[in-house]
Amino acid sequence: MTTYYTKDHEWISVDGASGTVGITDYAQGQLGDITFVELPEAGAAVSKGDAPCVVDSVKAASDVYSPVSGSVTEVNEALADAPELVNTDAEEGGWLFRLTLSDPAELAGLMDRAAYDAFVQGL
Amino acid sequence: MPDPEENWPEANDNAEDEREPDALPLDAWHRGRGARMVEFAGYWMPLQYEGIIAEHLWTRAHAGLFDVSHMGQLTVSGEGAAAALEGLLPGDIAGLAPGRTRYSLLLAEDGGILDDLMVTNRGDHFYLVVNGATKWDDIAHLREHLPDAITLNYLDEHGLLALQGPEAAQALASLGLQPAFEGTPALADLTFLQAAPFYWGEVPLGVSRSGYTGEDGFEISVRASDLVALADALCAHPEVRPIGLGARDSLRLEAGLPLYGHDLSPETDPVSAGLGFAIGKRRRVEGGFPGSDTVLNLLAGRATTVRVGLALEGRQAAREGAKVYAGEQEVGGVTSGGFSPSLNHPIAMAYVAAGHTAPGTALTIDVRGKRLPAKVVPLPFVPHRYHR
Repeated sequence: MTTYYTKDHEWISVDGASGTVGITDYAQGQLGDITFVELPEAGAAVSKGDAPCVVDSVKAASDVYSPVSGSVTEVNEALADAPELVNTDAEEGGWLFRLTLSDPAELAGLMDRAAYDAFVQGL
Repeated sequence: MPDPEENWPEANDNAEDEREPDALPLDAWHRGRGARMVEFAGYWMPLQYEGIIAEHLWTRAHAGLFDVSHMGQLTVSGEGAAAALEGLLPGDIAGLAPGRTRYSLLLAEDGGILDDLMVTNRGDHFYLVVNGATKWDDIAHLREHLPDAITLNYLDEHGLLALQGPEAAQALASLGLQPAFEGTPALADLTFLQAAPFYWGEVPLGVSRSGYTGEDGFEISVRASDLVALADALCAHPEVRPIGLGARDSLRLEAGLPLYGHDLSPETDPVSAGLGFAIGKRRRVEGGFPGSDTVLNLLAGRATTVRVGLALEGRQAAREGAKVYAGEQEVGGVTSGGFSPSLNHPIAMAYVAAGHTAPGTALTIDVRGKRLPAKVVPLPFVPHRYHR
């Protein structure tokens, strides 16, 4: 399993053709207290750069972009009652949705952990 | 995800102003306490320290210290100052007793709201506190319209702190303030919207029992050079924590208090805004304030739109700009909205067409193409706990 990161602070953890998407711990820290997560529906087709998710914090609503294209297979139902999981466990239990990648070559444009950490350091 | 600070509804009020924000006297103090700073009204201001929800709930249960030094503190003095102010505001300023504070509005000729403000009669002058984002326009407006015999002074070397919450009185009392003059009230004797001068040791303070959270509390005007010492002394009290702009916004929203630039603007009038209480009884008879014909007509009849509270079902919030519907008919728009930490569901203030404003009316709000169910509820959402 390999995890990739975007400049918009999403992560995608890829296992074969399946990817799990969330926002980074840095992103949740910037957003502050998360009060609601709008998730896509299973079966929805998403293109790289689409915003299938919206994360609501006390102060604002923020789009979450899909790092790759594919078809949504599952969403994190636990977030309906506990959106704060994205604050407390952004990079594991606070995942947002899973999808089947339609074009794994899109991963080549994403960062690895070291590159992402360096990117955040520079912000 | 985009930079969340770009979405912060307050942060871009000065977006057209490319100038680097100014630092307020407590800038380093906030940063030293781990504040995340954002631009607001042309200044770097603390958005949050430990988190908006925690700070919000702390203020409701204990006491929060807010740096509101970005606001404009003005004095108006001279023979006939009360009458001169009444030419610009709908409040009964002549009837405002020394040591009393009143909420008022700066009105345009068409009755639109230029700003909302607090006016205090300090005996030999009036003390005004206006919004930070509008203070330069307010000063220009006052200079243009006040008679030459009236002196307007901008207290740019003073800061302003708000101490708010059920433990605020105990925390401020622990500083041992002494009435500045014989005959001015003791701190414990101040009630809501009363003001008095005090000494904290050698440091002069202008204190009013007021604020914008719905809680008991105080606003304290102090020389900028004494701000750090006063903020430190207040935060040394175990019930007091510094609170950022984020919680200030969610607290005032729960308290049903309008925010200028969002719920109030030159396009809104005092009656539609539900601020009829700011039009003095005598002024209703005599008029003589800007837009008085228009405003008094609205007061006698019925405003076509009214500011109401909306309670949303579910957890998704509706923000400023979201349209409000009754069935398929668009009947209004949200001017402030967000998640209520005290109530644990989203709330909003909206201007809604008369006929759809009775408490209990079922409406929907369009949020990104989805219609969220909402119900009209009385303001405030959370009861005020002023010390009257």
